[in-house]
Amino acid sequence: MPRLHHFPGGIKLKGHKSESLVRGLQQASLPRQLFLPLKQHIGEHNKPLVDVGDRVLKGHMIASGSSLICAAIHAPTSGVISAIENFPVAHPSGQADTCIVIDVDDKDEAAVPVLPDLQQVDAERMIELICRAGIVGLGGAVFPTSPKLSRGKAQGIDTLIINGVECEPYITCDDSLMRNYAAEVLRGTGYLQRILRPQRTVIAIEDNKPEAIEKMTRAFAPSGLKDTEIVAIPTIYPSGGEKQLIQILTGKEVPHGQLAFDIGLFCQNVGTCVAITRALEQDQPLISRVVSISGDNIRQPGNWEVRLGTPIRHLIELAGGYLNGDSAHLVMGGPMMGFSLAGDQVPIVKASNNILVMREETIPHSPGYHDECIRCSKCTEVCPASLLPQQLYWHVRARAFDRAEEFHLFDCIECGCCSAVCPSTIPLVQYYRAAKSDIRAAQKAQIKSDHARIRFESRERRLLLKKQQEEERRRLKREALQKKKAGSTAPTVDPVQAALERVKARKQAAQEEST
Amino acid sequence: MSSVFVSSPYVAPVNSLQRLMIQVIIALLPGTLTYAWLFGPGVLINIALACVFALLIEAVVLKLRDKPVMVHLTDLSAIVAAWLFALCLPMHSPWWLVLVGIGFTMIAGKHVYGGLGFNPFNPAMVGYVVLLISFPREMTTWYLPASVSGATLSLSEALAYSFGGVDIQQWDALSSATPLDQVKTGIGQQIAISDIRLSPVFGQFAGKGWEWISFAWLIGGLWLLLTRTIRWHIPVALLLGVVSMATVFYLLDMESYASPLFHLLSGAVIIGAFFIATDPVTAATTDRGRLAYGLMIGCLIYVIRVWGGYPDGVAFAVLLANMCVPFIDYYTQPRVYGEQ
Repeated sequence: MPRLHHFPGGIKLKGHKSESLVRGLQQASLPRQLFLPLKQHIGEHNKPLVDVGDRVLKGHMIASGSSLICAAIHAPTSGVISAIENFPVAHPSGQADTCIVIDVDDKDEAAVPVLPDLQQVDAERMIELICRAGIVGLGGAVFPTSPKLSRGKAQGIDTLIINGVECEPYITCDDSLMRNYAAEVLRGTGYLQRILRPQRTVIAIEDNKPEAIEKMTRAFAPSGLKDTEIVAIPTIYPSGGEKQLIQILTGKEVPHGQLAFDIGLFCQNVGTCVAITRALEQDQPLISRVVSISGDNIRQPGNWEVRLGTPIRHLIELAGGYLNGDSAHLVMGGPMMGFSLAGDQVPIVKASNNILVMREETIPHSPGYHDECIRCSKCTEVCPASLLPQQLYWHVRARAFDRAEEFHLFDCIECGCCSAVCPSTIPLVQYYRAAKSDIRAAQKAQIKSDHARIRFESRERRLLLKKQQEEERRRLKREALQKKKAGSTAPTVDPVQAALERVKARKQAAQEEST
Repeated sequence: MSSVFVSSPYVAPVNSLQRLMIQVIIALLPGTLTYAWLFGPGVLINIALACVFALLIEAVVLKLRDKPVMVHLTDLSAIVAAWLFALCLPMHSPWWLVLVGIGFTMIAGKHVYGGLGFNPFNPAMVGYVVLLISFPREMTTWYLPASVSGATLSLSEALAYSFGGVDIQQWDALSSATPLDQVKTGIGQQIAISDIRLSPVFGQFAGKGWEWISFAWLIGGLWLLLTRTIRWHIPVALLLGVVSMATVFYLLDMESYASPLFHLLSGAVIIGAFFIATDPVTAATTDRGRLAYGLMIGCLIYVIRVWGGYPDGVAFAVLLANMCVPFIDYYTQPRVYGEQ
C-alpha cells in the first residue's frame, strides 16, 4: 500500500451512485438505426470508408483517419449504410456533425475474427492492433490510445496508473464495469504492462465502491499480475482527474506544459483496459461501452452495455422512460463537468460514460442574474489547481484576458468546485470557459491575420525584388548597349568624313598633277 | 427539449450570501447581549436605529442606481454592516449621530464604489472614522458598567437620550473615559500602570465589563471559525500582531506599557480580529496574504494605541491595511499546480 497524498482543495459531494446500481449491468437491445459520428475522439476527423447502400458486418471498419492522432470507427452490428449526412451529435455547442447511419438488420452478423498469437506478439504489434480497434481513453477525454502508448513506451514508464476512481456524482459505469469484468480489466492491465514495462502498477478505486474493490481484489490473485496493487483512495471530488490522481498516488505534480509520461507516469481508465483485452483476445474493435443512466427524471436508473451509435432516446426507453412529463434536461457526463445535450435523438459515442436525466426545475438556470463576488475566497479553498478563481473572475469579467492568463486561466481544469461553493452563485466555470474560447478564437484570428500579413509582406517583397531585378536587367542592357556603341565608334570612321577626305585627297592629287 | 444551454456544474448551490450573513449575525449575539446586560440597553437602540437607517438608505440608493432593491436588501449585508457600525458607537448616542455615521457607511463606504463586493474600505469603519473625526465630544462620551456606577440607563431613559428628550448633563455622573483612554492619559501624565490600574474601572484583566464582552466576542468568533464562515488566518495573525508587540514592550518596561492581556481584552481587538478585519470584500484573499494582512492590522493597532493620537486604533489600522490589499494579494499568489 503506497503512502497516499492530498491534492489541495476539492469538495465532498452527495454521490447519488446507489440509484443506478440497484440493478446489475444489462445488455441494451439494438435500435432500428445507429448513428455513428465520424469524430468520436480528440484529433482529426475520420473519413468514411463505406458508401450508402453498402452492407456491413459487425466489426467492419467503416471510417478511419490518416493522421497519427485518430481512432477508426467500426460497425457495431450488421446492417446497411442508409445515409452519411449531418445529424445532431453530443457536443457542447449543440452543433450537428457527419454521421454514418446503419439500418440495423437484427442479424448481428460478425466479421470473421483474425486472432493473433498473443504469446508471440510484441509491443509494436499490440499497439498496432489497439490502433486498428479504434480504442480511445474511455474515462471521458477520448484521446486515441495507440499514439499515447507509443509516446509512453518511447519515454519509458515508471508507474502505470489504472483509473477506476470515477469521482463524479451519479456516474457508475466504471463501478459496474469493474463489478462485472474485473478479470478483463486485469488482463488489459497485463497487456499494458507488456507494452510499457512499468516498474509498478497501481489500480486506484475510490473507497465508496466497496463491491468493485472486492470483485477486483478477488480477481487479482488468479490474474498473476506482478508489482501491482489495488489501492482504495478517499472519496473527494475531483480525485479522478488525471493530475489529481497522480498527486494522490505519487505526490508528484505534472509540470506546467508537460504530460504525465514526461515524468514517467501513464494513466489509463479501467474501461479502456477492457476494450484493449477484447481487441487483443477476440479481435473485437471498440463498438460498445458501458453507459450509466441516472438522474431525478428517469424511471429505472441503471447501467447498460450499449452499442455505439444508439440514440439516447432508445436508452431512455429501456430505462422505463421519463419519470415526469415527456422531456427532461439531458446531460452527457456528470453534473460537475458534463454538458447539456440538444435532445434525446443524439447518439451514444465513445465518450458517453453517463447520461444524466434531470427535471428542468432542478437544473440551475442560465445566469440571468447573480450576486456580486464578495471575495470570500471559498473558491480558492476548493480549487484543486491552487488558482485564485475570484481574481480570475474579476479579470475575465473586465475582459482583461492578458491578466487572466497571468493568473493561469489555462491551468483551470473546469472541475466546477468553485462554482459549486460560491455564495454569490456566480457560474465561475462558465465565465472561464467563455474566456478561454474567446482567447483561443482571438489566437486563431491572430494566427490567420499573421499569415495574411506575412503573405502580403512577402508578396510585396517579391514584387519589389522583381522590379529591382527588372531595373537591374534593364540597366545592364542599357550599359551593354552603350559599351557596344563606345567600342564600335573608336575604330570606325565616319563615312561622310571619309568621303570628304577622299574627295579632298583626290582634289589635292589633281592639283599636284596640274602644277 | 430545452434550447437554452446551461453550462455545468449542475448542482444546487450549497452557500448563499444570506446564509453567510445570518452566521455573522448569530455570532454577534453573545457579545451584543453581554454588552447590553453589562452596560444597559443603549447599545440595542443603536443597533436597531442603525439597521433601520441602513435599510432605508440602501433601498433609496439601490432605487437610484436602478438595481433590484429586494434582492440586495435580503442579502442582509446592510444589516451586518449597520450592526458592526453601531457596536463602535458609545452606548448612548443621539439618533442623528447614528444617521450621519450610517449614511457614510452605506453611501461613501459602499455604494459610491459600486455596492457590495466593490468597496475597497470596510464600510462600517469608514462611517465610524468620519464620526470620530467630526464629532469628537459625542464619540468619546462613554458610560460605566452597572458594576462600577451601580446603575445604567433604563430602556426608556436610553430612548429619551437617543432622541434628545433629556439634558445630557443629567447623566454626567455615569459617564467616564474608556479604560484604554484612561491608560493612555495616565501614561501621558507619567503615572505608573500599576497606579492607573487602581481605578475602579479596571477589572481582572482589562476594563471592568469590557473584558467579559471581549470573551463573548471570542465565543462568536469561534462560532464563525467552526461554521467555516471565516478562516483562521486573519484573526490568528491579528491577535499575534497585537500580542507580540505588546509582549516586547511590556517586558522592556512593565510600568509604562500595559500587559499583552490588557491589550487583547480592551477595546475592539477581539471583535476586530474576528468580525471586522475578516470582512471578505475588503480583506486580502490569499492564505499568505491574509496572514500578512492580519499581522499588519495587529501591529498597527498597537502602534496607534501606544504612540498615536487615539486610545484605540482598530478602525484606522483596518483602513490602512485595506489600502494595501491589492498589493498584498498580488505578491502572495499561491503556487499553481505544476508550477516550479
